[in-house]
Amino acid sequence: MVDLSSDQDVAVSALVHGYKSRNARRAALLLAVLAALCLLVIVDVMTGPARLSFADVLSVLFNPSAATAQQKVIIWDLRLPIALMALCIGAMLGIAGAGMQTILNNPLADPFTLGLSSAASFGAALAISLQWSLIPGAGVYFITGNAFVMAMLTSLALYGFTRLRGVTPEAMILVGIAMLFTFNALLALLQYGASELELAQIVFWQLGSLARASWGKVLTCVVVLAIVLPYFMSQTWSLTALRMGEEKAASLGVNVSVLRLTVLAGVSLLAAVAVSFVGAVAFVGLVGPHIARIVVGEDQRGFLPLSAFAGALIMAGTSIASKAITPGVIYPIGMITSLIGIPFFISLILSQRQRHWQ
Amino acid sequence: MTLSAQGLSVQFGARQVLHDTGFGALRQGQLTALIGPNAAGKSTLFRTIAGLIKPQSGTVSIHGQDLAQLGVKARLDRVCFMPQFFTANAALSVFDVVLMAQKQLAGWRVSTDDMTAVAQHLHNSGIGHLAEANIGELSGGQAQLVSVCQALTRKADVYLFDEPTSALDLRHQLEVMTRIRTAIKDRNAIGIVALHDLNLAARYADHLLLIGNGKIRAQGAPAEVLSDPLIAETYEVAIETAQGPRKELNVHAYVEHSAA
Repeated sequence: MVDLSSDQDVAVSALVHGYKSRNARRAALLLAVLAALCLLVIVDVMTGPARLSFADVLSVLFNPSAATAQQKVIIWDLRLPIALMALCIGAMLGIAGAGMQTILNNPLADPFTLGLSSAASFGAALAISLQWSLIPGAGVYFITGNAFVMAMLTSLALYGFTRLRGVTPEAMILVGIAMLFTFNALLALLQYGASELELAQIVFWQLGSLARASWGKVLTCVVVLAIVLPYFMSQTWSLTALRMGEEKAASLGVNVSVLRLTVLAGVSLLAAVAVSFVGAVAFVGLVGPHIARIVVGEDQRGFLPLSAFAGALIMAGTSIASKAITPGVIYPIGMITSLIGIPFFISLILSQRQRHWQ
Repeated sequence: MTLSAQGLSVQFGARQVLHDTGFGALRQGQLTALIGPNAAGKSTLFRTIAGLIKPQSGTVSIHGQDLAQLGVKARLDRVCFMPQFFTANAALSVFDVVLMAQKQLAGWRVSTDDMTAVAQHLHNSGIGHLAEANIGELSGGQAQLVSVCQALTRKADVYLFDEPTSALDLRHQLEVMTRIRTAIKDRNAIGIVALHDLNLAARYADHLLLIGNGKIRAQGAPAEVLSDPLIAETYEVAIETAQGPRKELNVHAYVEHSAA
């Protein structure tokens, strides 16, 4: 009898030890990614027409009084907002994608496939070609304002659909795709009637750019993250449970419909702000969560932060690449996320054995 | 403490699943088997007790307290329901899944006590070796063992298991039923297990509930219910019981071919 219980103790402590070491590995990984992000921000600030060394950047960042006026302007006013904006937008899109994929139980869900990005593009095009402002008194921000309003309206429509009885997550994705095509058609209509100058502006907006970054926008992103993230973190177990199916989650005490609606609201806010600031950046919201899933699995305590970090990592890399490919030229970020990200993503999918979506 | 239900009616659209039915007091420390043919309303009855479905009429009460008066969360803290299926395509390990139940969905931090409790549950359920396996890689039987382990991890007054043995081999069927019966006794809880195998029901249950066409047809000790003519009528087979080699009750079913 004594032998039996000590056998059990050994087995139990081995299991606990195994879980602890997996946890420790996950924490170490998250810290390593965080360190990589800090490094990328510095590299991002270094990159550009005026060459700055690693040491220059560090000294200006941590000891601004010793820097020349020119360096200060380049780093603090021009490059740092862009670098931080890239991080914030990447994190927001990563979290938005993670949330959407979880509540809709669909690997294809992201702000792009649900039509939020094309709605935002349509809003921006309304502003550019017809000079319509959906927010009275938005002033110089009326393009951003329009994009935001259209994206939020679209998610309100999606929200309305979830309230209808009998609408499944699969139907939600189809509704999102219907939205995507509707707004693309409306956008094409506006482009057809636009002047050459306006057309160029619309296309530029759609391709996505970090050049519109400012400290004010960075602050807005941080505030939105600070509102949405704590709620998502408080729901981690419920979101994890939801991945085992609606009935299982409900039997564990999750109020599935309330969880879906609140997370959809949070996700919409994140996506609408991100897309209205930098344009339609595809891919980040889709891939960030997939990378996180492959690396740490779907315990949301690791999945959520890593989705944010992976999104931020992709955007930071994109920001650097957009400036570094041809010196003197800044390429649109939407193009780069797709062109560089997709081969990487496909290799990741091919290298993994487990399939989490069947 | 007892569990009872009166006048339950559940309707999905035009289809009535439960017809103004109920059952008398189920006692603490006793395991009840819910038996009945396919589509008789077993799962619907469980979901109604767990509060996942609102009945058009009727009440479920624990010791006289109407469960409808409790909030969703409070109700699920008292009633633990194990659904028949779960989708297993998520990137979650078996340990994660059981931990989720241990944490009762609250609190970011996982203490060593939580981990030890989960490890003990896994070990006792005989699935310690699967702790790091992904739930998507499990066989149907393994997934069922995980599901039972997850349900038993939770603390509740009432445990409902929807076909916990349907995908298991013989030895695991007996082990799981033993584990469930022991847990119900040790915790002095009320347990109901939906079963298709009448022999398992006869051997492990203290009490039987027979359901057919959305109505509870009979309720009582296994020997009584199994020898009731109602059971043959409900299942549309002839049923004979006999004593097995170890004095357990054996159930034999025969399809009666009509002369036509």
